[in-house]
Amino acid sequence: MKAALSRRQRVALSGLGLVVFFGGWEAAVRTGLLPSGMVPAPSSLWQAWLDEVHGGFWQQAILDSLSHYALGLLFGSVLGALIGLLCGMVPVLDAFLAGIVHLLRPVPGLAWVPFAILWFGLNTSGATFVIAISVFWINFYAAYAAVRSVDPELYELASAFGHGSFLGRLFKVVLPASAPGVMAGLRTGLGQGWMSVVAAELFGVPGIGARMMQASSLLATDVVVVYMLTMALLYAVTDFLFGFVRLRVLRWQA
Amino acid sequence: MSDATPLARLDDVGLSHDGGETFILRHVSLNLHKGEFVALLGPSGVGKSTLLRVLMGLSKPSEGTVTGPTDDGGAAEGRSAGKRRAQALVFQDARLMPWRSVLRNVAFGLEGLGLNRQEKRERALDALRLVGLEEAADRWPKRLSGGQRQRVGVARALTVDPDLLLMDEPFGALDPITRNSLQDELLRIWQQTHKTVLFVTHDIEEALKLATRIVVLSGSPAGITGELTIGAEQKTPDSPAFRMYAARLRAMIAGEADPGGAPYWRSAEI
Ligand SMILES: Nc1ncnc2c1ncn2[C@@H]1O[C@H](COP(=O)(O)OP(=O)(O)OP(=O)(O)O)[C@@H](O)[C@H]1O
Ligand SMILES: [Mg+2]
Repeated sequence: MKAALSRRQRVALSGLGLVVFFGGWEAAVRTGLLPSGMVPAPSSLWQAWLDEVHGGFWQQAILDSLSHYALGLLFGSVLGALIGLLCGMVPVLDAFLAGIVHLLRPVPGLAWVPFAILWFGLNTSGATFVIAISVFWINFYAAYAAVRSVDPELYELASAFGHGSFLGRLFKVVLPASAPGVMAGLRTGLGQGWMSVVAAELFGVPGIGARMMQASSLLATDVVVVYMLTMALLYAVTDFLFGFVRLRVLRWQA
Repeated sequence: MSDATPLARLDDVGLSHDGGETFILRHVSLNLHKGEFVALLGPSGVGKSTLLRVLMGLSKPSEGTVTGPTDDGGAAEGRSAGKRRAQALVFQDARLMPWRSVLRNVAFGLEGLGLNRQEKRERALDALRLVGLEEAADRWPKRLSGGQRQRVGVARALTVDPDLLLMDEPFGALDPITRNSLQDELLRIWQQTHKTVLFVTHDIEEALKLATRIVVLSGSPAGITGELTIGAEQKTPDSPAFRMYAARLRAMIAGEADPGGAPYWRSAEI
């Protein structure tokens, strides 16, 4: 086996990969290998981005999408994790909800769009609803699985030292013990949330998704790519920031 | 002693995990009197930890009754307004919470007793000092050795200042020197605080050194098959009395008839 790469080598190599990717793409468009009407050249993206910024579209789209994202993530994550934790802890509730969960779980978040429009309209609430639903399930299952895998001996320990009540078990055992699993769910939801943002906005709620849809109907592929990259950047930033929170909460795992 | 109300008692206790088909414990009666140091000896897998869990209220007995110090008004005398717990258990596996520092693991039982942050910290540090681990207070459990973890478990039980201290092979994982010093420390605490101790061990010499009474659990389902009261002469290592008791205990654990005859051999309730 080859020796493991150092961190610096890995970063350099992944940078090289990106350069090759964009360079190859640029070359393919310039040589006519890729038709420029279908694929924008990377070199045209800068100008397209500047135009979007000057028109104020880019900032507005980000603000709109961020608010959908933040609200959807908040509701979906909190409700998902909470109900997942409770189902994991309370067998009666678990059994009671099992049928409903099996019924609703296979319905993709996108399938809720008609109802989102009907119930909330083409607005922030509608988009938030769709995002919340897709994030909900990720967090629900992550939290549920995390609670179910808590070592039962820790409940015994809690009882032995006066924390055997429901609240004692919840706060002294379940929450800290399932934190790694819940955090993993939150993190997956963070990514899934961005995907749902586009889906939720494609139908006309203002934001990055709607802006992409407009651009694509005008065949402005460079603008579409600008927003694709914007999305990637926003995801990278949120994931990076979450990394700090996670490290702080799970210090004991280091 | 036999007339006084015991601090805790098991009365004809049976325990089955499968609804009464097979029993781990059956017809177990044991009185723990205030101030006693009782060692519980028995072969591996016989049900010693199970007995401790029943006494601690962590397993409900399938038969019989359990009375712990919490149920007993008389035993609670002198408890300083809820700043203590009636009983505490040292688990056989140290059973620390990996997300808590050593200090906060020790303080676990102090939470909910109405102590402020500083009081909790001081009491937990005192307990860590007793087991020689105060410098490890801020470490994570996974950075400790097995023996150190076990000592944290001992500190966690001591710090709640219980009337009844249940210890499940607490010193099993320690080197002889640390073990000896913790045994001495435990004896000192016991003598000073008049706690009642039930101490599970595999080590006959440890039992003879520490206990005022030794109880043997054996058989399947397990019952109490032997009992010896330990006096000063049996505590002198390598004395004839010591050797005779050690031999008798070995025989009892192996399930043989007590070779030493009747004087301390228990058949009736004491
Ligand atoms: N939850 C359970 N369900 C069924 N059987 C169990 C359960 N827990 C323990 N047992 C059985 O009960 C018996 C007694 O176990 P226990 O842990 O009390 O033994 P022990 O005397 O403490 O042994 P050791 O000295 O090895 O610690 C064992 O045969 C074990 O297999
Ligand atoms: Mg055991």
